[in-house]
Amino acid sequence: MEELINKLRKEVIEQLNLEDISADDVNPDSPLFGEGLGLDSIDALELIVLLEKNYGIKIEDPKDGKKIFYSIRTMAEYITEHQKK
Amino acid sequence: MKNVYVISDNIISSLGFSTSENIQAIQKEEVGIAMVSDSRLSLNPLPLSLVDLQELNKQFTALLLAKGKNISTDSYSKLEKLFILSIYNSLSGLSVNPRNERVLLILSTTKGNIDLLEEQNKTKFNHKRLYLWELGRVIQDFHGFSNVPLIISNACISGLLAVLTASRFIRSGHYDHIVVAGGDLVSEFVISGFQSFQALSPDVCRPYDQNRNGLALGEACGTMVLSSQKPNAEGTMIEIKGGATTNDANHISGPSRTGEELSLAINNALAGSDLIYKDIDYISAHGTATPYNDEMESKAIALSHLMHVPLNSFKGYWGHTLGAAGVIESIAGMHALRENCLFRSAGYEIPGVSEPLNVICKTETASLETCLKTASGFGGCNAAIIYQKE
Amino acid sequence: MDLYITSYSLIRDKKVIVDDRIRFYKENFINFADFIKSLYKQENFVYPKFYKMDNLSKLGFIAAELILGKSETDNFRKEEMGVVLANSSASLDSDIIHQESIKDRSRYFPSPSVFVYTLPNIVIGEICIKHKIKGENIFFITEAFEPQILVNYVAELMENKRVQTCLCGWVELMGEKYEALMCLVENNKSSRPFNAGNLKQIIERN
Repeated sequence: MEELINKLRKEVIEQLNLEDISADDVNPDSPLFGEGLGLDSIDALELIVLLEKNYGIKIEDPKDGKKIFYSIRTMAEYITEHQKK
Repeated sequence: MKNVYVISDNIISSLGFSTSENIQAIQKEEVGIAMVSDSRLSLNPLPLSLVDLQELNKQFTALLLAKGKNISTDSYSKLEKLFILSIYNSLSGLSVNPRNERVLLILSTTKGNIDLLEEQNKTKFNHKRLYLWELGRVIQDFHGFSNVPLIISNACISGLLAVLTASRFIRSGHYDHIVVAGGDLVSEFVISGFQSFQALSPDVCRPYDQNRNGLALGEACGTMVLSSQKPNAEGTMIEIKGGATTNDANHISGPSRTGEELSLAINNALAGSDLIYKDIDYISAHGTATPYNDEMESKAIALSHLMHVPLNSFKGYWGHTLGAAGVIESIAGMHALRENCLFRSAGYEIPGVSEPLNVICKTETASLETCLKTASGFGGCNAAIIYQKE
Repeated sequence: MDLYITSYSLIRDKKVIVDDRIRFYKENFINFADFIKSLYKQENFVYPKFYKMDNLSKLGFIAAELILGKSETDNFRKEEMGVVLANSSASLDSDIIHQESIKDRSRYFPSPSVFVYTLPNIVIGEICIKHKIKGENIFFITEAFEPQILVNYVAELMENKRVQTCLCGWVELMGEKYEALMCLVENNKSSRPFNAGNLKQIIERN
């Protein structure tokens, strides 16, 4: 799980163009939206693209996004659960 | 300050090749959106509003012949054919001479010949055709306009901006007649983009409805001829009284949370026309059927005290035609005035926005003098224009 | 009404000029992306959204920031400030990137953050968001820089009091070719009247 979390931190920074932030600055348990990284609606959609592109996971209902993308850790947990073997 | 009259118009869309064909269809509540399965456009079937390509080519070929032009119809892109034909139809019978220095062409388009970026189209035309000014030059050359066309590309308010710019230039005396044409294609480029925004409806376009689930894309071209001179013609003359634009300054794709800025555009349009909200009889609104846009509009309408005014969105008939929308939806709004007819807002059944709107549920007659047309778009832009019977 | 250019910025060929003074010049950068980032950092701008912008928006944003950034004291209402811009390539630079993301059906991943920049007026949106500018706005496309069109349009806005002040400019970028001229137009007297001749002179002289 830790390996996936570290991978995800880098991928999220890259996918969302968060150039002024380093992977180490991203706390895996901090909320991604709201305070945290200050992500917006386009970022939420980009995370859906990231899941599909890098992990082959398609999110059918974008409303599930709030739970899945709460933090890096919840993303990692979702991926572990759903990733195609 | 001169008056600005709308002396002619034309619409080419899924509903037909003339304004009257389009308005008649709308009067009969015929929706021009259908489920389309075309893998060149999208992975899954989608509701789209497409122009009859065969009919377009037929009419365009006939036009080439009529003009004695010894050029192949294949020398023109699909969008160029739409623009050229629509402009030709709108100039028909008018004594407006494109060669005159006091005549200008203004074009509105969000993506121009964007279909030429596709692999299979890359070799068909010179790469230059991707540039909007080159699209403009092709249209200019066909019709013989002396002045280089002015091109406006400003997301979904492009059409209204083009009409507004034209009216301002005529009022200030820069030109006597301005031909305003707005057009855009349905393309894989745009479909894929809106899909990445999860903004496309999988079935029906329902502006302002509780069950609205996104927009349906459409292609069209609309043309209006504006003039400082009233022709000696029959029929009710419509004037452009004024208009305004604003910016939400909030987010590049999501609309304002409060609707204040669209309301400001509406209020400025009213003030600039020497009118107040009570003077508006009918609103041809933007209504894309996305959850956020329609909600924002309802707030803006309420802020401007217009919640009781009969309102519709034409996107339930034509889909969202991007650069054409402001023009064709204005033309429909003006015809509503001329015919004293409130057209039903297609796709609407159950109220679905937080501020009450008087959405037109049934096509019916009403005494109408003044129409407000609004639009909003990516980049946080808003526009409002007021049309009035003379 | 007499209108004046009270401030301007010009960005081209790795050179930045603000109000007739060279602000920045880097001989050794190989691409626009690095150049504009370096400029952003040198100017100590702090705006994380900058990194999400496409190249066209970065260019226009910085050009505006150089003349607006310092004036935190607003002597005009933001609803009364307009933005009137033009360019030649519209958003073609980003259009090509979006097309790349969809051309292979087996790797079909259109990105909303790319697609949103496939409209030239997003530059205006970015500038408005940063500075809360809410007034009249429009984006024109012309083959080459046509100062008279901008002057006519801005003059109409100001003379009819649709705006009190206006950002007006040319923001063009296609690949590694870029050029931006951003002017603040007001009716306060300055040494430089707002007319086509002066706009042309700024671009040609530098």
